[in-house]
Amino acid sequence: MAAAPKVLIPDKEIDCIGLFCPIPIVKTREAIQGMSVGELLAMLSDDPASDADMRSWCRGTGHDLVEVTREGGVYRFLVRKTR
Amino acid sequence: MERGGAAPDRVYFDYAGFAPVDPRVLAVMRPFLEAGIGNPSAPHSLGSEARESLEAARAKVARLVGGSTSGVVFTSGATEANNLAIRGVVLRAPAGARHVISSAVEHISVLNACRDLEKAGAAVTLLPVDGEGRVSPDEVRRAIRPDTALVSIGAACAEIGTTQPVTDIARITRAAGIPLHVDAVGALGRMPLAGAAMGFDLMTLSSNDLYGPPGAGALWVKPGVKIAPQILGGGQEGGYRSGTENLPALVGLGVAAELMRAEVAHGEPARLAGLRDRLVERLLAAVPDCRLTGSRSARLPHHVSLVLRGAKADSILLDLDLCGVAASSGSACAQRTGTPSHVLRAIGCAPQEMEGSLCFTLGRWSTTAEVDAVIERLPPIVSRLRSLALPASR
Repeated sequence: MAAAPKVLIPDKEIDCIGLFCPIPIVKTREAIQGMSVGELLAMLSDDPASDADMRSWCRGTGHDLVEVTREGGVYRFLVRKTR
Repeated sequence: MERGGAAPDRVYFDYAGFAPVDPRVLAVMRPFLEAGIGNPSAPHSLGSEARESLEAARAKVARLVGGSTSGVVFTSGATEANNLAIRGVVLRAPAGARHVISSAVEHISVLNACRDLEKAGAAVTLLPVDGEGRVSPDEVRRAIRPDTALVSIGAACAEIGTTQPVTDIARITRAAGIPLHVDAVGALGRMPLAGAAMGFDLMTLSSNDLYGPPGAGALWVKPGVKIAPQILGGGQEGGYRSGTENLPALVGLGVAAELMRAEVAHGEPARLAGLRDRLVERLLAAVPDCRLTGSRSARLPHHVSLVLRGAKADSILLDLDLCGVAASSGSACAQRTGTPSHVLRAIGCAPQEMEGSLCFTLGRWSTTAEVDAVIERLPPIVSRLRSLALPASR
């Protein structure tokens, strides 16, 4: 069955533009702690290291990195809280 | 300084995180805090006294780094010095020559300064390292491009203690005519480093790393190397770092630099290496499934870093703290984010090891009795935590 493209609406969004490692991850972690399982967090970052860092953090914590998009140097990470 | 004898109640093995300020440094700083001290830029006599004290501190720092006095730019610490070196050199370079070479195991202030430049259009090459965290001079040579503005390689990796072949790297950068910045935190006064003689162009140092007060540091810049200031204002520090100088702290840094030089002459690095080796050998023998990270031979004399399987660093550190031992996991960033540290990732640590990373850094007041206390207290903590871990979680 072909997956229909769908727009995911985050329950919360945090803006980490201009900040560098480790702050985007620290803020993501804090935001996720205040959310419910199943909810979606969007995190915006223009730190060139944040792609690798977010993938590593999601792998380590088990949260689901649903989508990564990049527009003009700004990454948008969509993370679903899994536990 | 060796106390020996009975087991100490408190063991402090986190010198790289924060070093106690030497009482002799404090004694010299005290009048600068208590008495009426002028601004080094002021035109009155108090000002000129302050200026003389500041310049005397500068000369002492220059002697330790092995470079010209006029090249010392005082900063608020090593982070600022690293920012000034990297941003300062690259932003001063022509727009078409903004390529920086650094490594995957640098301090976060180096990496983030590089990333900020990358966002602004500069090109950044982060060299990989081998399993011990060493940068290969040949890799540096291969990475150099016609538009390379700076090479920045730390003298030693603070997290795993590996020292870098900076003399060989300097030979390459000098031949290519590219400035070399060396972050010397951790290494200065603990391994032979002479800025000018070894062909460095910029060198970062931290006051607290030398048992001086925190909140002070310096960047040494070889005369002729062009940098753009990063903090603008009244043009203090030759225009390269505006803001009234923190005179008490900088006088303290000067004394700390002198003491460090004297200490090297009296064989302190060898004493520390002896303590380090005792700690490494006995811990590796007493704790199964545990190994040293970084290099065994090319290693800072006061640095021990380990990874062990089946127990988490934060639990071990908590238990160590409860029995009087202050240590660290080696990376404050990793601790804050719960992500494996960039250094352990770069040296190819197994995922099961990265959570069990421990770092013991020794210093001027460390004793054999303290080392033995850790050798006695750590192994039972690790076996207890391992026995508590659920087999299914691995």
